[in-house]
Amino acid sequence: MQEPVFNARNNKYVLSEGLDEFFSGVSKAYRFVGQYFRQAFKPPFHFSEVVNQCFEIGLRSLTLITLTGFIIGIVFTKQSRPALEDFGATSWLPSLIGIAIVKALGPLVTALICAGKVGSGIGAELGSMKVTEQIDAMEVSAINPFKYLVVTRVTATMIAIPILSFYCILVGLMGSFVNVSTQESTSFLTFFQNSFSTIHFLDLFTSVVKSIVYGFTIGIVGSYKGYYATSGTRGVGKAANQAVVMAMFLIFIEEVIIVQISNWIRFF
Amino acid sequence: MEKQSLPAKNGPEEPVIIIRDLYKSFGDLHVLKGVDLTVFKGENVAVLGKSGSGKSVLIRILVGLLKPDKGEVTVLGHQVNNLPENELNALRLRVGFSFQSSALYDSMSIRQNLEFPLKMNIKNISKQEIDKSVKEVLEAVGLEDKIDQMPADLSGGQRKRIGIARTLILKPEIMLYDEPTSGLDPITSSEINKLINLVQEQYNTSSIIITHDLTCARDTGDRIAMFEDGRFNKTGKFEEVFNDTDEQANSFYNYNFIQ
Repeated sequence: MQEPVFNARNNKYVLSEGLDEFFSGVSKAYRFVGQYFRQAFKPPFHFSEVVNQCFEIGLRSLTLITLTGFIIGIVFTKQSRPALEDFGATSWLPSLIGIAIVKALGPLVTALICAGKVGSGIGAELGSMKVTEQIDAMEVSAINPFKYLVVTRVTATMIAIPILSFYCILVGLMGSFVNVSTQESTSFLTFFQNSFSTIHFLDLFTSVVKSIVYGFTIGIVGSYKGYYATSGTRGVGKAANQAVVMAMFLIFIEEVIIVQISNWIRFF
Repeated sequence: MEKQSLPAKNGPEEPVIIIRDLYKSFGDLHVLKGVDLTVFKGENVAVLGKSGSGKSVLIRILVGLLKPDKGEVTVLGHQVNNLPENELNALRLRVGFSFQSSALYDSMSIRQNLEFPLKMNIKNISKQEIDKSVKEVLEAVGLEDKIDQMPADLSGGQRKRIGIARTLILKPEIMLYDEPTSGLDPITSSEINKLINLVQEQYNTSSIIITHDLTCARDTGDRIAMFEDGRFNKTGKFEEVFNDTDEQANSFYNYNFIQ
């Protein structure tokens, strides 16, 4: 009979291989997040690197966000029109689109695109730096690699993704307007006024908070997976892949939690 | 370019690295098993041993990249194991580390690679001072014309040279070379060996050269330390280490110079 696993100090598993790995992974991730908050507010601040990373993130995702946001606007309007026509409520179309895009689709779609484009990029870049000893090279040159590589990237995603989310919202509404204007003679100004008529400050605030949380998630997950990449080039690929999967999974969970919290706030 | 004698020393020998009873394991793999070594000021010590025997682990412990399980490591008078982060970083500025893979930042040009440690460590350094230092180290490694190229455009030997230049830019007192000639042809290896000696003379550095290349050890080492089974089993001048009946030393010698 196999010996029961009980003692980590003797290289034995405390629970089981899978559970031990899971809990040690959670603890490592918790320390990584803690280190971000400890280092983010301590000088020196690498502002120019944060700005560089913001441009990188923005430029890396802009085309895809423009295309996706515009198509979502058109398709969502096209799909919603027949249902509203049944009730003779097509005049509510801009409001419906406004609510859907501002409150949910804009930030969520942007975050998912950035998780794919930016998260994988960060994971692969840091992973490659790790396996080629570039991170060690920084450390032996008395440069704090966590501060220079991780803090700047996570801060940049927290700044860039809310901006990209609002860009996505505007492009989505433009797409919707293009579809509406082919069917009805609605002016640009009227469409936008109607779109935002049912949007309150709390909705916009929630969207901003959501985007910041998504940005943090994408940056920290990508950095974490890259920073601890192992096993050469295979490890780099794995880090990039895991960065996307993990970030997307967490974004969906965060979406549910933030919507629930904002509904409670609205209720009170 | 075989070295004939130790460099001239002023006054009594001053130790810059003292390693005492050092142990390091990775799980069940015991890599260092009671290592003792002293490196004196101005001296090049070549650490010879088989690949994967744990030689690189030793110099990684010296700069605090790895923590030892047991033992004492003193570098330039500081106990590395117990140093707080800011003091460890201050010490790291005095110790250059040349990586086996060169570890050049591949998103930066050669100029940016060399400027980076200066900009990050010296506040308010002027553009003129940076340019002067970059020019000086590039001249030292003989690659002035590569300044605006990217690391991917360089050959293996050139990358090693730039890696050494990047460490020299902070004017270290100690140089640690991790397999400086691995993966290079004999002519390029010989050039790297000359560069290591040049660095010792021009920058007055003390060095540990980790290698499994006997030619490199002979040409650069004032003293050879044979690493076997987790500890040094023999140290001395090249002729002393390889001119006796030690089976391991002789098999190493025969493999390098006969086969």
